[in-house]
Amino acid sequence: MNIRNEAVLVTGASRGLGRELARSFARRGARVVLVARGAEELERAAREIRAEGGEAHALAFDVGEKEAVHRIAGAAAALVGPPSIVIHNASTLGPVPMPLLLDTECEDLERVLAVNLVGPFRLTKVLAGPMVLRKRGLFLFVSSDAALSAYARWGSYGVSKAAQDHLARSFAAELDPVRFFAVDPGEMDTKMHADAIPDADRASLARPVDVAERLVAIVARSGALPNGARLAAADFEPLGVHGGSGAAA
Amino acid sequence: MRAASAPRSAKDVRILVVDGTSGEMRVVPSTELAKLFEPGDLLVVNDAATLPASLTGRTARGDEVELRLVVQAGDRRWTVALLGNGNWRTRTEDRAPPPPVAVGDRFFLDEGLVARTIGLCPESPRLVEIELGLGDRGDTPLAELWAALYRAGRPVQYAHMAEPLALWDVQNVYAARPWAMEMPSAGRVLRTETLLELRRRGVEIARVTHAAGLSSIGDVALDSLLPLPERYEVTEETWEAIARTRKRGGRVVAIGTSVTRALEGGARQGLRAGVTALRIRRGMRRAIVDAVLTGVHDVDTSHHTLLGAFVSDEVLERTLSSAEAEGLLGHEMGDACLVWGEPRDKLSVRRGPPVTDEPEPTPSSRLAPGVRREARALV
Repeated sequence: MNIRNEAVLVTGASRGLGRELARSFARRGARVVLVARGAEELERAAREIRAEGGEAHALAFDVGEKEAVHRIAGAAAALVGPPSIVIHNASTLGPVPMPLLLDTECEDLERVLAVNLVGPFRLTKVLAGPMVLRKRGLFLFVSSDAALSAYARWGSYGVSKAAQDHLARSFAAELDPVRFFAVDPGEMDTKMHADAIPDADRASLARPVDVAERLVAIVARSGALPNGARLAAADFEPLGVHGGSGAAA
Repeated sequence: MRAASAPRSAKDVRILVVDGTSGEMRVVPSTELAKLFEPGDLLVVNDAATLPASLTGRTARGDEVELRLVVQAGDRRWTVALLGNGNWRTRTEDRAPPPPVAVGDRFFLDEGLVARTIGLCPESPRLVEIELGLGDRGDTPLAELWAALYRAGRPVQYAHMAEPLALWDVQNVYAARPWAMEMPSAGRVLRTETLLELRRRGVEIARVTHAAGLSSIGDVALDSLLPLPERYEVTEETWEAIARTRKRGGRVVAIGTSVTRALEGGARQGLRAGVTALRIRRGMRRAIVDAVLTGVHDVDTSHHTLLGAFVSDEVLERTLSSAEAEGLLGHEMGDACLVWGEPRDKLSVRRGPPVTDEPEPTPSSRLAPGVRREARALV
């Protein structure tokens, strides 16, 4: 998929992987809308992209709220046109330090599911219809190792990510040629990682900017990938600085 | 006709199918919709998303006022209709008139939005052109402005509904570009299921974007002008799909009056994107559209008038009495009718000269503010 001039929407774009994804897409000529809850941090991220010569717009909304969804979709389409690439990157761990599943409050599990599962469902529900009509478009659901393996204290997050993976597969089964992928970014040096594992060796963690480049390569090469696939960022080499096709490792 | 008091769920909608040639009529459930078309037919939808076009606020003197978006005239500029004191439960025609407005007057809306009056429209004192900003800032970034507009605005409401409509209630499944002031509601009946089934049957689906306008403002003089000139875009892909359909002997079906207006208006102007003031009515030669799917509307509406271009007066009269007899629900959110027109004049449309049988009314510049020039640049 060519990225230049595409309308791209990235959730959770105020920091970490989302922020770097927005930058990577903008550098390749995409028209990017950044979504996150915190207006100030988000606007800073968008300003940074504009300073580099990219097109970036900040929409401060909470993807976990039903009311926000049409507001995001409508404002995004007004700014850059109907999104053709959507990155579901926003997610929450729930309360930190992360409690055992049995100690997790019901409301906390609901909030994790609202942001990590129901939010992407709702946003897809609103944004995929135009893509079905146009017979093109792509959704990337940012997943996690915790979607496959059960780790103590990662229960609600892992459940939400496992369900989100299946959401991507299910949409793919119904709506091809619109494309849906779940992608495991691997462990990254982000605030979220520090919240979850404060004493991690940061040197062993990938930099979000590098992972973002790999995810952009996945989008660029998506035509060759089976719809609904669950992918690992580590299996993909970044595109060259000036575009390029980005072969699999 | 009884109006729907809540949006009829898409799968529960009943469709009155009218054959304009034979005069035959029957009612089918919307779940059978795809079967009403043959392989080779083309359905054209309006992919406009519905704006939160109703904004409430106060004048500097404290008078309550509602602004309804009518035309987008620029990034921050809109032509709006003003409604006075009262809320959505009151029919627009029973609302108090808005306070008098002069250029420079400001309206203070929710979410810190401020609308500054920059022009008055000759058509009516209720129609003014405004510039939107946040607080006193004139250069609000567009993203902040759109976010505030979406937070502050509500969809236009209908007094016959039991509960207020949310943005979720007024979007078609394929809605993409936020151009519509009210929902292009004929598309409600097309679920994802229907779109996929149509394609499986070999029915093509194409799109236009049409800025479907307000259905009622509540001012007799102004309402008699409805529909006002509306912006449209018909992509090259869609003109090509129409030409393909013609060639294979298929039929072109407009999903809604707004699609009819965009296609027939576009064919007459010979443009891909522009503003059409075309009023489709009895006896008008159709250049493109063979059938229209629309809501069930009473005699005194422009939707009803439009059907006069498809069927004879006699069939049109029987359409309404059948709808009544079958207990179909009227207005925007109710049941539907699919009207197959009498045979259309065979007119060449593609890349030919514009069809010039109908002179178009000339709108004032406030209602069609250079949109012909700007349409390409807008979303």
